[in-house]
Amino acid sequence: MASNIVEARGATKDFGTVQAVKGVDLSIAAGELFGLIGHNGAGKSTLFKMMLGLIPITSGEILLDGEKVNGPRFRETRRKIGYLPENVVLYDNLTGIETLYFFADLKAVPRKDCPALLEKVGLSHAASRRVREYSKGMRQRLGFAQALLGTPRLLFLDEPTTGLDPGAIRDFYRILRELRDEGVTMVLTSHILAEIQERVDRLAIMEGGLIRATGTVQDLREGMNLPLTLEIAGGAGLAEQVARVLQGIAIESIEEAGSILHIRLPREAKMPALARLATLGDTMRDLHVREPSLEDVFFGYRN
Amino acid sequence: MLSIDFRQIGIVAGKEFWDRIRNRWVLAVAVVFTVFALVIAYFGAAQQGAVGFRSIDVTIASLVSLVIYLIPLIALILGFDAIVGERERGSLDLLLTLPITRKELILGKYAGLAGALAFSTIAGFGAVGLILSPQLNLNALFHYAGFMGSAILLGFAFLSIAVMLSVFAADRTRASGLAIGTWFFFVLVFDLLLLGALVVTAGDYGGAIFPYLLLANPADVFRVLNVFSLDEVRTLYGLATVFPEALSNPATLGGVMLAWIVGPLAVAIWRFER
Repeated sequence: MASNIVEARGATKDFGTVQAVKGVDLSIAAGELFGLIGHNGAGKSTLFKMMLGLIPITSGEILLDGEKVNGPRFRETRRKIGYLPENVVLYDNLTGIETLYFFADLKAVPRKDCPALLEKVGLSHAASRRVREYSKGMRQRLGFAQALLGTPRLLFLDEPTTGLDPGAIRDFYRILRELRDEGVTMVLTSHILAEIQERVDRLAIMEGGLIRATGTVQDLREGMNLPLTLEIAGGAGLAEQVARVLQGIAIESIEEAGSILHIRLPREAKMPALARLATLGDTMRDLHVREPSLEDVFFGYRN
Repeated sequence: MLSIDFRQIGIVAGKEFWDRIRNRWVLAVAVVFTVFALVIAYFGAAQQGAVGFRSIDVTIASLVSLVIYLIPLIALILGFDAIVGERERGSLDLLLTLPITRKELILGKYAGLAGALAFSTIAGFGAVGLILSPQLNLNALFHYAGFMGSAILLGFAFLSIAVMLSVFAADRTRASGLAIGTWFFFVLVFDLLLLGALVVTAGDYGGAIFPYLLLANPADVFRVLNVFSLDEVRTLYGLATVFPEALSNPATLGGVMLAWIVGPLAVAIWRFER
């Protein structure tokens, strides 16, 4: 069995003269929670559809668990996949439980598994209500329950938290962590970078049909070598004292915002700077090291 | 080539069929058929100054005219949305990531919709058949059953065309336009064109192939199929003289109808699989 559950080699998609995806190589290991980020038109939706077998690949290949998604073991491969489309559309005239029954039948999953899935996504109370009456967040949760049918080994989640309130987003990621503990691999896209940066194991930044960078959030930050920010709170004369102790250390900028001092400095200057700041004693009330956000990293790779 | 899993076809067909039962589509169409058929059966001869049921042959002839307008329209409206509707709503992508092939999806959609259409036709005209049955002998019942069977086939043929349009159309609006256009062409324009061509050429050209051209229109196949099974009507129409013997064979006509069902559906599958 392949250790990489998703393996793309030179995957390319042409739409007429436009090359939407330009020879992407991507490996996702079994059990990973993998994020794919990129702005609209970066090619991530196209890559997603190629991985799912919804659009044919112009050249290259993509293997899911060692098999082509539309290959000879088509049905077997697809039974391992769960998919939650962006802004999932289900059938308005069916009730929640009927919707799951329909998809369960097509996936050859016993119908008796359905109520537990509704429970898992917090929709038990609405099982016999028509989807027409569901809110956007409820539809999204029903779509997620549908994706979980048949305990898939590989989940594709396209902008999964669209329409969910903060509480539901927290519940959603809790379920994702449970699934990862069970060994499920998940590939998700999001435009809310701050939301996924704490939650994915690795991510890929897509831009112009290419994957610009792949790695953990920390890898990407270090790879970009973006400056850190130290935020220091303290009493009167703080700015002068800080400037004094940091003399000789390469600092990019110091800004005072209210009673907080924001010091931008290169990553390699962090430890020496902290050692000197520790000598300030009571003058410094609080100190916070702020890593560059995924947004910073993302825009760093774009530019 | 992937094998066909009839279970998957059955699941999609079942959903389509029950959707039409639940939203009362089947009931509404059946009621329309019943009411129209009863009106025709009892008042069809009103122009001749009489009301009430006359003979089954005349009734069927009137029903044939009704069905030629109604069933293609209903079948086209039923089917135009089948694929393009799922695509436009956004549910098609989700369906296509499931362990179902595109062929199975189309066949399932078709089978479910065809089932709903057949059910409406049987219920609607069957009810009229039951009402009329005290006045019918066995032979007349047989004719009436033949009429119902061919009406179902006519519906299947136009449903097949509708599903094909649904695969080709870029959006629902265009699909509905194509469906209405198809109805106009086959039901209203086609015969006029044939007749016009015949008159313009004064019958010099194409007189021999004219009857065969009728086979290019499933609505005409339906008409010929029914008219030729009714002796009284056959002489009434005076068609017996112009129609080649080979085409008056119900089996041949049934075969042509079958081709009209299989053909567009096959094109739809071919296109959908690309």
